[in-house]
Amino acid sequence: MEVAISVIVGFMIIGALYAIHAKDILSAVIAGGIVGYSLVICFLMLKAPDLAIVQIVVETITLIIMVAVVLDSSREEAFSRPDRRGYISAAMTIVVVVTLLYFFRMSIDTLDSFGTGTLRMAGPYIEGAVEKTGSVNLVTGVVFDFRGYDTLGEATVLVTAVLGVLTILRIKGKK
Amino acid sequence: MKGMTIIVKKTTQLIAGLVFLYGIYIIIHGHLTPGGGFAGGVILAGSFILQILAFGSEFTHLLKEETGSTFYENMAILVVLFLAVSGLLFGLKVFFLNWVPQGTPGEIISAGMLPLYNIFVGIEVAASILTIFLALVIFKEEISK
Repeated sequence: MEVAISVIVGFMIIGALYAIHAKDILSAVIAGGIVGYSLVICFLMLKAPDLAIVQIVVETITLIIMVAVVLDSSREEAFSRPDRRGYISAAMTIVVVVTLLYFFRMSIDTLDSFGTGTLRMAGPYIEGAVEKTGSVNLVTGVVFDFRGYDTLGEATVLVTAVLGVLTILRIKGKK
Repeated sequence: MKGMTIIVKKTTQLIAGLVFLYGIYIIIHGHLTPGGGFAGGVILAGSFILQILAFGSEFTHLLKEETGSTFYENMAILVVLFLAVSGLLFGLKVFFLNWVPQGTPGEIISAGMLPLYNIFVGIEVAASILTIFLALVIFKEEISK
């Protein structure tokens, strides 16, 4: 398992480095996609299928939007016949896809069946919540006490979203 | 930004305060009844947005209001962070520790830090939603000028 995760993290590092140094914006976007989809398999191996599903959805939507924007705005390249380098790239793509599918299959096998094992944290949350947090509302107890880190992250995401909106929608600079 | 008709204005005068109070109720009772900081904050922002939509507002006034809401938003998230860090100073010295005495479950002052988190997260959510709304309105006014 550690070996598989190391290989995937290696893929992620190579993809991220290529995304920085790529000459073409489209190549950089797709190389960024390698990082996201490798992260999906890492989540599956670490037994977090819910995070993996979220990561697949977010990564796919982001990648499609970015590719659409790049194709619409700046990409102008005539279609050319594949040369020797093109065949090497295609072969590399197939090798990488097969490797990722193999790891995907492997990580699926290690998951527990639905509803058992991974949900064992829910029991102590429900049983001892009122004594531990003093909150009658169990949801608030979980959100602000047991899972305080998550809530802090959510609130920070909201602040970051507002910062992004203010940055994009500002026509004149604020003096 | 122009206001709406007299009917909308009168109705808004009647219910905006009630909506505001209901948002505060949802936030304060977050540890007792369903709801909490996130839900109550959205209701609070709704009462402000209702007034701005109904009465209209001048451009400069909107800018001033946006400055205020940005300030409250940033301050509230900072206070939430400080409350979380304060767990590192008392008791078990754990991040996000609930170190305030908990009291009797079911009373309005109970559950230690949870009402404080609820209040400041509520302020933060309300200010964030209001800031996004105001930014969109100001953007439209600047475009049309």
